[in-house]
Amino acid sequence: MTQAKLERLSDAKPGERFRIIKIAIEGTMKRRLLDLGFVPGNEVLVLQKSPLGDPTAYRVSHTTIALRNEESSNIYGERMRNEQQS
Amino acid sequence: MSNNHNQYTIALAGNPNTGKSTLFNLLTGLRQHTGNWTGKTVAHAEGFFDYKGQSYQITDLPGTYSLYSNSADEEVARDFIIFAKPDVTLVVLDATALERNLNLALQVLEMTSQVIVCVNLMDEAKKKGIQIDIHKLSQKLGVPVVPISARNEEGIDQLLDTIDQMVRGDIQTNPLQISYNRAIEEKIEKLVPFVKQVIGDHYPARWIALRLLDGDMSLLQSLQKEPRQFLKEVPHYACNCSTKSI
Repeated sequence: MTQAKLERLSDAKPGERFRIIKIAIEGTMKRRLLDLGFVPGNEVLVLQKSPLGDPTAYRVSHTTIALRNEESSNIYGERMRNEQQS
Repeated sequence: MSNNHNQYTIALAGNPNTGKSTLFNLLTGLRQHTGNWTGKTVAHAEGFFDYKGQSYQITDLPGTYSLYSNSADEEVARDFIIFAKPDVTLVVLDATALERNLNLALQVLEMTSQVIVCVNLMDEAKKKGIQIDIHKLSQKLGVPVVPISARNEEGIDQLLDTIDQMVRGDIQTNPLQISYNRAIEEKIEKLVPFVKQVIGDHYPARWIALRLLDGDMSLLQSLQKEPRQFLKEVPHYACNCSTKSI
């Protein structure tokens, strides 16, 4: 889990799982994301993108939350590609 | 129903869609809608009920995931718990999403020790095969935990008995305090005496120190407004809170 390998949540594709490592956002929005369950160490499932590609729906702690690219591109972690699916 | 001096106040806090309003209606017998518009309960609902010869006033706070994100309804909920100082704060949790719900519960535990945690939707959890160790949860949180199903009116008697015991002072709570890293704890330690000096013992000093460290301007504003009204009766607070949020 080296720092160089960190990827953006916004790059994860629907169906993929993503483990959050770092949230590079400050202030109220960071607080809000933490409250919604986007916490380092937590796992997120990418559900689907909206027709125009933004926002994207995520499943986090048993609830669906949609984030804009503005936020999801500043959430870093590792993509866990289809470990369970295929 | 007389407004005697022995009326206790209860606040209902919890995430959105945990059944706060269902419980509220059940306790007060008021007829209301329990749908969900955004910010629906920002002008929060109040009701009354009697149990074992005591009368209670209960306030349905807005459903929030947190008390720190500074949206209008979160401020209402936070200010009510801190300034109105309800005799009991009931934190309603969704049994099917405890992980998410405990965030708010922990925040409330930092603010007041007069807390009863109410795990609602136990029927839903059962359907989903979720088992909850109520006893262990209560031990860890350090406050009473009561499993209920507001929709099926299950567990309500036990909840009312627990409320009754708490207002009589028969329950000693020991709320879980989050310990932060050393740098933060040291700063809290330094700040707490100053906080106490400025605002006295009316408010939880540790919690306020934490908010100051977090740079919570909205709390400072509320603190500046509030002291003048502090000595008034609780019902006035309820009014202040709701007008402020509009």
